[in-house]
Amino acid sequence: MEKIILKDIPDLDKIDVYISNGGYSALKKVLTGMKPDEVIAEVKNSGLRGRGGACFSTGMKWSFMPKGNEKPKFLCCNGDESEPGSFKDREIFEKNPHQFIEGSLIAAYAMGIQAVYVYIRGEYWKWINIMEECVADAYKKGLIGKNILGSDFSVEMYVHKGAGAYICGEESSLMNSLEGKRGYPRVKPPFPASVGVWGNPTTINNIETLANISEIINKGSEWFSKIGDPKHPGTLLYGVSGHVNKPGVYELPTGTPLMTIINDYCGGIKDGKDFKMIIPGGSSMPPLTKEESLTMKMDAESLKAVGSAIGTAGIIVMDEDTDIVHVLQRITKFYYHESCGQCTPCREGCGWMLKVLDRIMDGTGRHSDLDLLISVAENIEGNTICALGDAAAWPVKWTIRKFRKEFEAKIKDENIELPVLNKVHGLRKSDEYVSIDTNENILVESLIGKVQEITVDENLKRYSS
Amino acid sequence: MKTQEYTPLFDESEMQTVKMHISKYPKPMAAVMPLLWMIQEKYGWISVDAMRYVGDLLSIPHDHVLGVATFYSMYFKKPMGKFHLQICTNVSCMLCDGYKIFNHISDKLGIKNKEITPDGMFSIEEVECLGSCATAPMLQINNKEFHENLTIEKTDELLAKLRNSN
Ligand SMILES: Cc1cc2nc3c(=O)[nH]c(=O)nc-3n(C[C@H](O)[C@H](O)[C@H](O)COP(=O)(O)O)c2cc1C
Ligand code: SF4
Ligand code: FES
Repeated sequence: MEKIILKDIPDLDKIDVYISNGGYSALKKVLTGMKPDEVIAEVKNSGLRGRGGACFSTGMKWSFMPKGNEKPKFLCCNGDESEPGSFKDREIFEKNPHQFIEGSLIAAYAMGIQAVYVYIRGEYWKWINIMEECVADAYKKGLIGKNILGSDFSVEMYVHKGAGAYICGEESSLMNSLEGKRGYPRVKPPFPASVGVWGNPTTINNIETLANISEIINKGSEWFSKIGDPKHPGTLLYGVSGHVNKPGVYELPTGTPLMTIINDYCGGIKDGKDFKMIIPGGSSMPPLTKEESLTMKMDAESLKAVGSAIGTAGIIVMDEDTDIVHVLQRITKFYYHESCGQCTPCREGCGWMLKVLDRIMDGTGRHSDLDLLISVAENIEGNTICALGDAAAWPVKWTIRKFRKEFEAKIKDENIELPVLNKVHGLRKSDEYVSIDTNENILVESLIGKVQEITVDENLKRYSS
Repeated sequence: MKTQEYTPLFDESEMQTVKMHISKYPKPMAAVMPLLWMIQEKYGWISVDAMRYVGDLLSIPHDHVLGVATFYSMYFKKPMGKFHLQICTNVSCMLCDGYKIFNHISDKLGIKNKEITPDGMFSIEEVECLGSCATAPMLQINNKEFHENLTIEKTDELLAKLRNSN
């Protein structure tokens, strides 16, 4: 299979090697023979969808930018890459940085951009240094700056170093961070294409998205649209981690079966074990069960059909001995830590979910906790400024739904307090999971917080399994 | 804004770099992150006085700089060990024994998360995913080098090497 980004050419990160392999010819092509609108149309026709997680049509996004030059316009390249399980943009910085630079220059030409900011997470110290060098090399060759390649198109490019905040990968938070503020996401609308960084029209694209552009220009939108799944064409940089023999980044067409990636490319599960759960697109994406994974194709539409999503294509594989509750607890701890704290549901809800998961891990969880977790998750989802709230809620909701037995097995408490709540609120969804202790007397925490002893009445016993 | 009385934290040539950073953005405030990085590179951490200094350089309120410095986890608001070990324990690392590495280092150095050894040599921190999940478990030192595919043996060798490099 032909690769679009991670080509097997040694030293492709060096500008001379890149140029001698046809690099920057797409930039020349657009500057000498294509109108900006033609470039946008070509990208739109290719069917390219954003690789940063939301899968939005790239050409469409570019076409939202205003045409005139009344206000300066900006392009932000999102290299914040902090979603647990994602490590693909780093591979582009290391293996083919100039293809990304070329792509962002073409994007800049197409949208009439004045300056490009490459926002890279602060932890990527090594790759920030690489990118600063590459940008300087491209300046020296006249590929960035004033009158690029003798045309009347000029654009500046700067690398901006983050300082450790997952939330800055969210596009409006990234813009605030770039402005020198705390990385608080903004309420949308207005959308970045009208009011973006410093109040000016702005487009935010992922690094991998931009790295695809030059080949679309070179080989045509039709060529690109025929690779992989027609509704989500191209290749993806699948980053596989966890319990596989050969973890790493593999560039393969969209729609590649998950089992092909794991067995043929990653050498199967470690120690010859079976697997239990796979997260398909970074830690915020709803997990897949073994049954779902066996037939799953890795593209946006196939994953959407089972209620998950492709996200960043960061695949986390968990073998049969994995403690799923511990995994969910760790994931929730991450979102709790990274919540920026602006919205109450996200700030408080993440903390509550973590607290409840902590006690389930401790062995002091209650049966009612599982529905409680789902209820908290559902009250975060859709009620926040940015999608970090959803990112925290989805794994909780779906891991419990799909792996409920794993959680129940950790809950020793048979003396549950649901009976009293039932008397007040009637039958609850969770009752089918309730098992009541056979002891006549159970301890119940009343609604006002006092502990009282009650006798289980015969009516309640019929709910016991 | 009135400039305070204190010795400047940057020298002449560093001031050139400051100017370069300011020139990259339409508004000076945007240079606050690069300037905080410069302070941390030079002094190892960022004191409240240093935040005031950066605020004055950019003509922005001191409390804005404080707000930014405290928002981002990689800015150290207190001195760290000479070698600050940032050990990832997020999912992919956890699946590959990241906690084993963290606990081993913690036991060996006799310090807990975010503590410093009495000799000031080491401090440790449990950090979130560093984008090295395929080479887990891993750690980063002083916000810089990654050490990947760790085992207990490799970790011990690394600690010994760091200690001897003193
Ligand atoms: C909490 C959060 C974190 C995100 N982190 C990243 C990131 O690290 N890198 C990225 O490219 N997009 C990230 N995104 C998605 C961006 O908001 C944005 O959709 C994307 O950069 C757009 O680029 P694309 O259209 O090329 O995919 C994140 C979104 C959210 C809600
Ligand atoms: S959802 Fe969470 S991270 Fe996003 S703005 Fe609200 S509090 Fe901040
Ligand atoms: S989980 Fe440790 S580097 Fe990603």
